[in-house]
Amino acid sequence: MDRGFIPVRAKLLEVAAFLDRVERHEVAGDFRCVALREAAALLGDGQPERARRILEKLSDPTTKPDRVSSGKAALGAWRPPAK
Amino acid sequence: MRYIEPHGHMVSRTTDDYQAMVMAGCAAVCEPAFWAGFDRGSVAGFRDYFRQLTEYEPARSAKFLLPHYCWLCLNPKEAEDLALARDVLALIPEFLGGPNVLGIGEIGLNRNTRNELAVLEDHIELAVKYDQLILVHTPHLEDKLKGTNLILDRLKAHRGVKPERVIIDHVEEHTIRRVLDAGFWAGITLYPDSKASPPRAVDMLEVCGHERIWLNSACDWGVSDPLAVPKTALEMRARGHSAEFVDQVLYQNPVRFLSQCPKFLVG
Repeated sequence: MDRGFIPVRAKLLEVAAFLDRVERHEVAGDFRCVALREAAALLGDGQPERARRILEKLSDPTTKPDRVSSGKAALGAWRPPAK
Repeated sequence: MRYIEPHGHMVSRTTDDYQAMVMAGCAAVCEPAFWAGFDRGSVAGFRDYFRQLTEYEPARSAKFLLPHYCWLCLNPKEAEDLALARDVLALIPEFLGGPNVLGIGEIGLNRNTRNELAVLEDHIELAVKYDQLILVHTPHLEDKLKGTNLILDRLKAHRGVKPERVIIDHVEEHTIRRVLDAGFWAGITLYPDSKASPPRAVDMLEVCGHERIWLNSACDWGVSDPLAVPKTALEMRARGHSAEFVDQVLYQNPVRFLSQCPKFLVG
């Protein structure tokens, strides 16, 4: 606890400040911000294995290979296909 | 302290990095074939790269008394051009006999496409045909879970693949168990902004055990730290893990996996 608390406290504040910042700049509706808020909700649910569950929450839930590539780089959160 | 850096893209690093790694206790570095940051335009470009990995880089590393090994493949980021991929795979066997070549890698998936999967299957076939160790790259971020499942399906479906001769790299909390449960080795990559941090890596060791796991920095031309592995030893010791535990994870484990290739020699 003595080693870990202060660095993690700082990271939690970074998350909070980031969410404030994207709202201030009116991009809070970006799919990545939406995914971040939903994933962050898992932090306080009292259940174990938060890291695993957050990673799963941010993951592509589909199972079949994609027909074409949408680009070289992943974006950090899964974007559901447009309806 | 002694350690192995089992995954470092040293062609992208400086001689200062080599010096720092050796001073931190690095006993050998292994370099998987990688994407250059742009798509190579021809098979001749790959031939040059494979010569760099098998001739020039081991000589550069030797100036710092550090044994250098490599893995060969076409990286999944360049797998969309199937014709080029076919030509590059045909080129690989002529390099496999090189004294520092450990096997086929890092193969795998990037965006989980059909073409990437086809090239992955060709690489697996090549490795089995030439009885090579396999090093697998799993995709980044939101693509990792799906990609790991697709990769595991393909590896398990091939009767010639021996799980104990395959390491699946870049595992995180949501993929490590399924890799280990299937009998494969797992690699944890230590990155500043993605993959795993030293504290998370040690968490995974504490939760999942440490029998078939190695740690690596995967240092390359991007944001990465060539000393991430020895820094993680500090995290282990700070939590009360013994020097023997550190040595097993950072040295003995990679030596045990890599020694399945008789060309890998340390100490």
